[in-house]
Amino acid sequence: MTLAVLTPGLQTTLQDAGRPGLAHLGIGRAGAFDAPALCIANALCGNPPATCALEATLLGPTLRCDRDAWIAVTGAALTLRINGTQCPTWAPVFVRAGSRIVLGPMRAGCRSYLAVRGGFGAAPVLGSRSTDLNAGIGPFNGCALRAGDALAVGSIPGPALPTRAAKWQLDPRPWLRIDPDAPLRMLPGAHEGCLTDASRAALFDAPFRIRTDSNRVGVRLAGPALAWQSPVEMISEGCIPGLVQLPPSGQPIALGPEGPVSGGYPRLGQIAAVDLPRLAQLRPGATLRFTRCTLAEAVHALERRTRALSHLAAAIATRLAQ
Amino acid sequence: MADFSIEPIAEDALLVRFGDGIDSVTNARVHAAARALHAAHLAGLIDIAPAYATLLLRFETGSVSLSRTPALRAALDGTGGSDPEPVSRAPVDIPVCYGGACGIDLAAVADHTGLAPDAVVARHTAAAYSVAMLGFAPGFPYLLGLDPALSVPRRASPRTRVPKGAVAIGGAQTGIYPRELPGGWHLIGRTPLTLFDPTRDPPCLLAPGDRVRFQAIDAGEFAQLAGPRA
Repeated sequence: MTLAVLTPGLQTTLQDAGRPGLAHLGIGRAGAFDAPALCIANALCGNPPATCALEATLLGPTLRCDRDAWIAVTGAALTLRINGTQCPTWAPVFVRAGSRIVLGPMRAGCRSYLAVRGGFGAAPVLGSRSTDLNAGIGPFNGCALRAGDALAVGSIPGPALPTRAAKWQLDPRPWLRIDPDAPLRMLPGAHEGCLTDASRAALFDAPFRIRTDSNRVGVRLAGPALAWQSPVEMISEGCIPGLVQLPPSGQPIALGPEGPVSGGYPRLGQIAAVDLPRLAQLRPGATLRFTRCTLAEAVHALERRTRALSHLAAAIATRLAQ
Repeated sequence: MADFSIEPIAEDALLVRFGDGIDSVTNARVHAAARALHAAHLAGLIDIAPAYATLLLRFETGSVSLSRTPALRAALDGTGGSDPEPVSRAPVDIPVCYGGACGIDLAAVADHTGLAPDAVVARHTAAAYSVAMLGFAPGFPYLLGLDPALSVPRRASPRTRVPKGAVAIGGAQTGIYPRELPGGWHLIGRTPLTLFDPTRDPPCLLAPGDRVRFQAIDAGEFAQLAGPRA
């Protein structure tokens, strides 16, 4: 089976859980920016959680399937239409051969995920089907999808394709939290204490706006200019997604899944892993605030979220089996 | 007493710090520690990524980075100082066509350093380099060992396109662009070798800690080695 790309949307890429273990070669992980949304979309298709799916940005793609297919759409809020008929998101959706699947513009959030039963079967590159646009690694030579691309779909053993629509859908609210007043948790970084008192206060008080030049490499923030007590010098050190750096412009950058694996800008903090999906869903023009968090709190929150995700996946599997 | 510190930077990541400067002694210590950790096969340790003076370690998701420090200390203690000469690979020879169309900034580097272009090339090929770290882009080697006489501040305004294989000087460092990228370093030459190819195993020509030597080739040899795609 293949899904044909009729229109690619603004920026749609194949993503899975990424390619860990290559940072020493200068190669980042990439992978889905909103990882829980990827896992849930896959669970709704009966796929293993890290199966390759589509990540769409702000405006989703239009696709046509050449066989009957089972899909699910999660992440940012949008209207899913199959042959013009609105279908539920956050639910398993059964699509007849020849159907036109339209994801459309996102009403809230920035990134949506479309999973298909069996997963997208592009050849893995360096152990992953994730696209790293910045490094030019992955399916389609590391490029975003274009009109005319054909997406091969794999097959997995399991129940035959149901023929009627599911009568249920998930409540997306726990997994798509868009609330400008709910701050993102941040572990203070090595140089946070070197800011002026006013800048330290602003970092954890002022709203920051998401700039339009944000992407999967980095979410660029505009807010009060942050200043050092005295110039901070550092040499390049390893970085991971969620690191908030302060370049000389005084405007912070939060690294995304395609962020560099090393960098020499001073470090304001590390966004708690549990809040990275919320970073992924911040669209240009949206605002965000930071709140201080400890490593123990971040670990605890992540463990709770991981448990909730595995309970949800088990509940979905039970319903799919009914 | 340990000559390193361990800083948790995220739920699943630690930074092991051996210093805060760019020097070959500290960097050799980083690579010795990386080898020790590879040999120790610590459960759940996914990434061991050297930088100039630090080692970034990432563990499996859900594993608490701080709980790993005792095992890390055990693996790292005693790896300093008396570390035997690494059983590293032979030096990697990198052929470079200097100047001309391959190295459009060679004259500017010569001007800045007060050396003749030939002397810049002679000094660049005479030095023994080591790969301090790979970063910036997949397979981009930051090399230590540049002759201090060749140090040139980075360009005031970076170029939007530096060609694949460009050999460049930025400050006290030299490096090689694995593919076409933006860059602010001075381009003194170009190698026909492919530093990064995701379909190759290993994908990168150079590994952290490798020793590197440059060898001057002429434009004819460059064209021959690069083949029709250059």
